[in-house]
Amino acid sequence: MHSKPNKAWLYLLLSLVLLGAFLVYPLIDVLIYSVEEGFNFASQTYLGVGLYNYSYVLHDPYFLQAVRNTFVLVIITVPVSTGLALLISAGLSSIKPLRKLYQTVYFLPYVTNTLAVGLVFMVLFQKTEYTDGLVNLMLRWFGAGPIDFINGPHWAKMFVLCFYTIWVVMPFKILVLTGALASVNQDYYKAARVDGTSRRRIFFRITLPMISPMIVYLVITGFIGAFKAYSDAVALFGTDLNAAGMNTIVGYVYDMLYGDSGGYPSYASAAAIILFVIVLTITCINLLVSRRQLRD
Amino acid sequence: MNIQLQELTKRFPARGRKARGEVTAVDRLTFEVPDGLLVGLLGPSGCGKSTTLNMICGLETPTEGKIFFGGEDVTHLPPELRGVGMVFQNYALYPHLTVLQNITFPLENLKGAQKLTKAEMRRRALEAAALVQIEELLDRKPKELSGGQQQRVAIARALVKMPKVLLLDEPLSNLDARLRLQTREEICKIQKKTGITTLFVTHDQEEAMSISDRIVVMKDGVLMQQGAPQQVYDDPANLFVAKFLGTPPINVFEGTVRKERLLLAGQDVLAVPGAPDGSVWVGIRPEGFTPDANGPVACGLSRVEVLGRDVSIVCTHPACTTDTLRAIVNARHDVDGAADTVHFALHPDKVFLFDHETEVRIPFAVQG
Amino acid sequence: MSEDFEARRRAARRKAGFLKALTYLGLSIWAVVVLFPFYWMVLTSLKSYGAYNSEHTPQFFTLAPTLENYQQAFTAVPLGGYLLNTLIFSLITTAAMVVVSTLAAYAFARLEFRGKNLLFGAFLSLMMIPSELVVITNYVTITNLDLRNTFTGLILPSITSIFYIYLLKESFEQVPDELYRAAKVDGTSDLKYLWKVMIPICRPTIVTVTILKLIECWNSYVWPRLVTDDQAYFLVSNGIQQIREEGFGRENIPAMMAAVVVISVPLVALFLAFRNKIMEGASRGGIKG
Repeated sequence: MHSKPNKAWLYLLLSLVLLGAFLVYPLIDVLIYSVEEGFNFASQTYLGVGLYNYSYVLHDPYFLQAVRNTFVLVIITVPVSTGLALLISAGLSSIKPLRKLYQTVYFLPYVTNTLAVGLVFMVLFQKTEYTDGLVNLMLRWFGAGPIDFINGPHWAKMFVLCFYTIWVVMPFKILVLTGALASVNQDYYKAARVDGTSRRRIFFRITLPMISPMIVYLVITGFIGAFKAYSDAVALFGTDLNAAGMNTIVGYVYDMLYGDSGGYPSYASAAAIILFVIVLTITCINLLVSRRQLRD
Repeated sequence: MNIQLQELTKRFPARGRKARGEVTAVDRLTFEVPDGLLVGLLGPSGCGKSTTLNMICGLETPTEGKIFFGGEDVTHLPPELRGVGMVFQNYALYPHLTVLQNITFPLENLKGAQKLTKAEMRRRALEAAALVQIEELLDRKPKELSGGQQQRVAIARALVKMPKVLLLDEPLSNLDARLRLQTREEICKIQKKTGITTLFVTHDQEEAMSISDRIVVMKDGVLMQQGAPQQVYDDPANLFVAKFLGTPPINVFEGTVRKERLLLAGQDVLAVPGAPDGSVWVGIRPEGFTPDANGPVACGLSRVEVLGRDVSIVCTHPACTTDTLRAIVNARHDVDGAADTVHFALHPDKVFLFDHETEVRIPFAVQG
Repeated sequence: MSEDFEARRRAARRKAGFLKALTYLGLSIWAVVVLFPFYWMVLTSLKSYGAYNSEHTPQFFTLAPTLENYQQAFTAVPLGGYLLNTLIFSLITTAAMVVVSTLAAYAFARLEFRGKNLLFGAFLSLMMIPSELVVITNYVTITNLDLRNTFTGLILPSITSIFYIYLLKESFEQVPDELYRAAKVDGTSDLKYLWKVMIPICRPTIVTVTILKLIECWNSYVWPRLVTDDQAYFLVSNGIQQIREEGFGRENIPAMMAAVVVISVPLVALFLAFRNKIMEGASRGGIKG
């Protein structure tokens, strides 16, 4: 096998070419784009090199709103979905009959088309001139007034977006946490029961510390995923997210690249790099905090 | 405090999609663990001994039968109210807690009148740690400890509540051979020091025989025999117990009893007064053979293994149920390893007869 | 003493029963939250346009189900075309991905070459790169190559997936070395060994990877949206967005829901058929979104 070392490169050729063309080269190129000032897409020319693109993006009110929206989305959906998934997984692993059925049902959102099902959520929450929609019907049972969640106040739109995001990310979290719970050796629970440990204490002092690496993993991937939110918002509010005031950072990138305000790959690149830096920073903070906690 | 089991039965629903009905893991088990003694519950894997232990500590509820602690019925009591300490096979030490936190853990569960102060808890934990000699390990995490040290921590955690009963599930199976020897003496010592009623489960007969005050032998959920280790060894109730106890294992032959004489492969080898005529299983302990040129048992000699104090003679016999049989004799006997055959005389008290059908022991009067 | 125990036991059992009931209640509530949108989309798709729009208060069932919305979904907008495009796109991309990834994974798992560990480390670190970062240049590249509104432009950047190479490599490494040496002694070529031994043994992983990629392709939205603006090349996600913005007019919700059902059915069917494989594969690190 040592005689023909070049053969291995032959096997790798296709992936190397594709990765090089569509992952490595773009990675370098995006940095270049982001510092080329006044880039003209049609003539492929630029005026000079500098940080103007970053400054433009950071002063663009649409971008600032997108950042605000994204942060609200992250801060709400990550803790809520992780906590809810923990609750559901703990419930799932405490029952035997019907467990498989519940697991299958809970996983369904994972395999659905985000855009298509988002449309259903829109229909459920929307208030039109013909009907108040189903959610408003339920709100009326509790005596709350009709609210248009799709074209109404900002907080209502944010609520729907968070709700839908949580609905979409739950399957993965439930799956990972039920797996983590199942991998905890049953003897720990037996030992705790012999010692008369209460359910609460078993959960907080044994179960939670044992699966904490998985929770850290979920929080980090949850942060990354939520920062990249885009298609959920499109599904609910349409492609013109700026007009709806519901744009996200990724949405801003795409709008800058291609959309009604598009044709500015330089601005898009600058925004994408800012997003990458934000995600990287938060991931690092997360890792540091969790590592310190794990060590204690 | 003694433990009594009365007609204890546990049935599980059968596993698998097609299987219906139930599997009986423990079948009308009755025995007693006397106060302050160390009792070994012994049997091959899958014989129901772990299920029995789980029922005693309250992790499982018996299908039928009763369990008494010091005369009080605890059959339906949850584990925390039984006052038992348990050591699990893999120790079940919480990996994220230090040794001290592990030992303190059970004390922190106490509620109401039993609640302890922090200082009191610490004192008790240190006391338990001292008992098993792990004072210098208190700040370590379980994964930084050797197997033997983890075992001691597990025992300390079980003892810290000052339970009335200590239960150990295969306490030595996760240790290597050298540690096993050392740890089993340790367990014996701790038990004697605390005088706590202790029941431990094992599949290793040597382990059970060496430290137990009494042993209880189980097979397929049924009690086979109980008693002091030596007594059970010397006086096995059936072929299973005879085969299960002893290293090297007992040699089993097919034989016949005719007119109170035992015949092996047609040869008259021993007088068995009182035994009825018929075909029997014959168990002869390795130490039941003495080389004797005029002895009645003629065997084909395979090889002689020198053990130092003793000599192990491996040979063949037409009536033997295994390919070779093994005799352990004192090294004083000069055995010619080059010879083709070797003749043995038998010690009647090392020879056991069992019914060919039921495998139950057939007694006979030992002469001489 | 024993009466006290008896009382405590009964209290404990009552509490356990209550907890169990609460658990089932909570789990069922979430099951309803998950399933309700699916129910609502099927229900709405079966209501006639007139009936739906005259319901000021939404009805939870319909007594006059109709299939006219489905008919309309296929005739008023080119839904059939979208489905066909998506099918072509998903099948070709997935097939290409499996071939390319299998070859790469085999090189990493079985062949010796200089810099292997370094290269694999570089691969893994590339996994961290968010697609948002590279999509900009890819868009420009495809535009400059004049590949907008072509299948080539859709497919090429979607083929490589380091995560699947990684999964396959892990699986290949499970195959014992002895088999490889035995095959070499028998004079089997590497390619034949890969085809005759590795792939059959690792089939479960390959199937998992294939299904996950199919789902990913079926749901992809961002890239197709960027490189296609000609309806003839729309995939279902873009199609549904198009339908939403102008297709049936914003008010024909039942027809919209019919289109959503048509798009969702293949995925749900695939999921139910390969439930265990999909869940196992997903738990190893596939994240949606």
